[in-house]
Amino acid sequence: MYAFQYHRPASLADAAKLLTGDAKLLAGGHTLIPTMKQRLANPPALIDLARISELRGIEKGSSGVVIGAMTTHDEVANSPVVRSAIDGLCDVAGEIGDPHVRNRGTIGGSIANNDPAADYPAAALALAATIVTNKREIKADDFFKGLFSTALDESEIITRVTFPVPKKFAYMKFANPASRYALVGVAVAQTGDGPRVAVTGAGSNGVFRHQAMEAALGKAWSAQSLAGVPTNASDMVSDMHADAAYRAHLVGVLARRAVAKAQ
Amino acid sequence: MTATGIGAPVRRKEDQRFITGKGQYTDDINRPGQAYAVFVRSPHAHATLKTIDTSAALAAPGCLAVYTGADIAKDKVGNLICGWMIHSKDGSPMKAGPHPALAQGKVRYVGDHVAMVIAETLAQARDAAEKVRIDYAVLPAVVDLAAAQNAGQAQIHTEAPNNTVYQWHLGDKAKTDAAFAAAAHVSKVSLINNRLIPNAIEPRAAIGDYDSGQDSFTLYTTSQNPHVTRLVLAAFIGIAPEHKLRVIAPDVGGGFGSKIFIYAEETVCLWAAKKVGRPIKWVADRTESFLADAHGRDHVTTAEIALDGGGKILALRVKTKANLGAYLSTFASSVPTYLYAPLLSGQYDIATIYCEVDGVYTNTAPVDAYRGAGRPEATFVVERLVEVAARETGRDPAEFRRQNFIKSFPHSTPVIMTYDAGNYAACLDRALELADYAGLGSRKAASANSGKKRGLGFSAYIEACGIAPSQAVGSLGAGVGLWESAEVRVNPTGSVEVLTGSHSHGQGHETTFAQLVSQRLGIPIEQITVVHGDTDKVQFGMGTYGSRSGAVGMSAIYHAIDKVIVKAKKVAGFVLEVPENTVDFKEGIFSSSATNKTLTFPEVALQAYIAHKVSGQQLEPGLKEGAFFDPTNFTFPSGVHICEVEIDPDTGATTIERWTAVDDFGTLVNPMIVEGQVHGGIAQGVGQALLEGAVYDRDGQLLTASYMDYCMPRAGDLPSYQVAMLGTPCPSNPLGVKGCGEAGAIAAPAAVINAITDALGHEQIAMPATPLAVWRAAQQAPSKLAAE
Repeated sequence: MYAFQYHRPASLADAAKLLTGDAKLLAGGHTLIPTMKQRLANPPALIDLARISELRGIEKGSSGVVIGAMTTHDEVANSPVVRSAIDGLCDVAGEIGDPHVRNRGTIGGSIANNDPAADYPAAALALAATIVTNKREIKADDFFKGLFSTALDESEIITRVTFPVPKKFAYMKFANPASRYALVGVAVAQTGDGPRVAVTGAGSNGVFRHQAMEAALGKAWSAQSLAGVPTNASDMVSDMHADAAYRAHLVGVLARRAVAKAQ
Repeated sequence: MTATGIGAPVRRKEDQRFITGKGQYTDDINRPGQAYAVFVRSPHAHATLKTIDTSAALAAPGCLAVYTGADIAKDKVGNLICGWMIHSKDGSPMKAGPHPALAQGKVRYVGDHVAMVIAETLAQARDAAEKVRIDYAVLPAVVDLAAAQNAGQAQIHTEAPNNTVYQWHLGDKAKTDAAFAAAAHVSKVSLINNRLIPNAIEPRAAIGDYDSGQDSFTLYTTSQNPHVTRLVLAAFIGIAPEHKLRVIAPDVGGGFGSKIFIYAEETVCLWAAKKVGRPIKWVADRTESFLADAHGRDHVTTAEIALDGGGKILALRVKTKANLGAYLSTFASSVPTYLYAPLLSGQYDIATIYCEVDGVYTNTAPVDAYRGAGRPEATFVVERLVEVAARETGRDPAEFRRQNFIKSFPHSTPVIMTYDAGNYAACLDRALELADYAGLGSRKAASANSGKKRGLGFSAYIEACGIAPSQAVGSLGAGVGLWESAEVRVNPTGSVEVLTGSHSHGQGHETTFAQLVSQRLGIPIEQITVVHGDTDKVQFGMGTYGSRSGAVGMSAIYHAIDKVIVKAKKVAGFVLEVPENTVDFKEGIFSSSATNKTLTFPEVALQAYIAHKVSGQQLEPGLKEGAFFDPTNFTFPSGVHICEVEIDPDTGATTIERWTAVDDFGTLVNPMIVEGQVHGGIAQGVGQALLEGAVYDRDGQLLTASYMDYCMPRAGDLPSYQVAMLGTPCPSNPLGVKGCGEAGAIAAPAAVINAITDALGHEQIAMPATPLAVWRAAQQAPSKLAAE
């Protein structure tokens, strides 16, 4: 790790003021800190968002479940509010990493990082979440832009994420045995605007919506509806843990299991 | 059995300090004036070192020194050694290239040590290390073991043409070929024994310290055998004479073999301490551990088994290529030869066996002993062959094994070993019962009903432990004897210090060794301290590996206690004023048929030291005895493990549903610790079978260099084990113990793969059987024979 300045502002406004140049926000740090320790990242300053109380908390509002950006995975996994509104979202949070990760990692950190194998981006996309920043509101469909890339601009801070309450929702993940990230993860939701299917871990351009599956589920919400719906292996990642054909196959298996679970 | 004696499940004395954070590991030690070392490592698998420019690094803030291969050459620091000479079948000695502690002229694997940078702080050392400018001329890398000996491959060491270190063999080729020619059935398997990375929880570390006043060195290091480290550093590498070098291996957090070896980093820390005039600390980070700890396994094997028409095994024929990595590590040459082929008879009565092993250099990290060392590889070959032969000839795999078991002892195999004792059928019977083998059919049907595939696999393993009779290993090329030493020092108050040449790095010696003393001297276990890991305290010892500390290390303690008792009886005779030969010692009390007076052990100890009654009467004061124990044979732990898996063919996920382990370790000193060793060993064996595998790309870059990609077993990957033990005593040592540290890792891989292939209905799956591999294999139709 190289030397850097460490800031721990008490308010969002102070954090925004500090966010200049190549300074980085610290919101759990599970990607950033290891990268810095390996000297692969060298930010001049870290702005730790952990003490900003306005970024924490979970509420049920008229637009859905609102989760503060610095809310940990463990808090979401064990939230009665989330459990009663969007049961499966607790499961998404509860399957991220291990207990250490879940007590430190945050929803805002995960979504801002947009790791192509992270769990929350799939849930946010399937649930048509809205990502709220200190400057604007961004629809999930417009937010995730590819591998580790989002619609956030350099000086923008996620403050909360709003999840409209779906009719049905489930997430099925096949974890990479080593990293426990999603080798493939599929989130399915039946929303007021129809079915949405989001896939993480598999796509060569990161999290994506599976339109063919959404169309099939639009006809009937059942696992059988997905039988024979193709997933194009040429769009899939291939690595030593899973080749593209296996990932494409798992997308189908997990989507069917997710739909069956979300009955 | 007393509450703290042999056979009692005594809670581990050392755990109090470990679980309260009071352990003292090498990195917990800090010496006054200590500086920090960082190694600049090769990013290339194979390259010529053209120039190294250290000027910018030397000018960096806090930098004290930068050393390269040229500096150690100038100081005539000896090369690292391989301590076991193997001869090829043509009689020629193995062809080993030099292994300098800092690279000279060439680098040969990613992680090879090129320069050592020393600075006031660790951060400054890292900063300075980035400023070392190295100009490499990259050469083609040799990575694929199967092709490494082919013509046209790059040559890693000029001393070893075709990258071949040796072409060794064992057994009778002509007799074996004849048996195969006459066989009614031959089964053949092609196997890969996957490369593993040891991953001890504590990374390697060292502090080199030089005292200019005494002209003496101290090395604090993560070693399984500090005395051998001292011997090699003194006699071969030449850093300091033995009497001017103290090696301390304090608490060590796991080794699994990887901390047996004398590595480059520790060596140059010691050498540099004198040059810089400061203590030098180095602690590996986890990436360095992945890159530069000696790896394990890595064989490519074809093997055949010959049967007669009645199902009797006639012969085995095995051809193995063993990857030794880029340099020969300390015991690398012996692992795929004498620790491997002599175990190829397994538990079976086989008339003839012939095994050929090529030891091969590649541009990968050195490969050496890792939990089991050769014996897991042998067991995997034997137990896959036996399973496949049973399936191909329509025999029940349990009964086929039973038919071919060795049934009388001692038994001499065609591959060196003489098994002293065993009861293989009893292990099998117990395992079949515990595993509910009879109910397998209904469990398979239930799995099939839910779209799953269930399978069961056996592994009837044998290992040669209690390493080893010195004369035997000497005749096979070992550079050292493999006895063990002990000293039992009785204090005037009757408390006891046991000094042992064994080294505990997770095994619980502070408890088990004390149990032996408690039982034999009749004193409470709290009155006993076990001292190990310091060459200034313990005179000499061979260390801990090869499941040897019980059979060899404790036997030395046993004999030292014998001597203590002999002398204590003499003291008691003087004090009780009775003839020595009337003195009896039982459960801590000295008595005599010639008097009704008795003495306790502490009373006799005190008398030995105050010497009021013994001096001048031809008996020296004091009570302290030592012993060296050299075993007469290996020990032969054996057992039967049964693994039952369920496969989800849609995802390739394999879950272990049941695990039955019936092991015969002879006498159990502490059954709780033994069971823990079995659990840990199985976890590592399951890791090899399902999860772990070091992967290099074609350029020699290690792709599995972190836990993001190298998969260690987690609790959730493992079932609750059903463990049972037989206690057939070992006749080769006074305690009857055999050793238990490696059994699980030896047995498990074959059991898992035999279970998976049973579930799949064909034999085409390699380790690690990852979800991807199992999913692919599940697409293949079951083989005709298996389907019948």
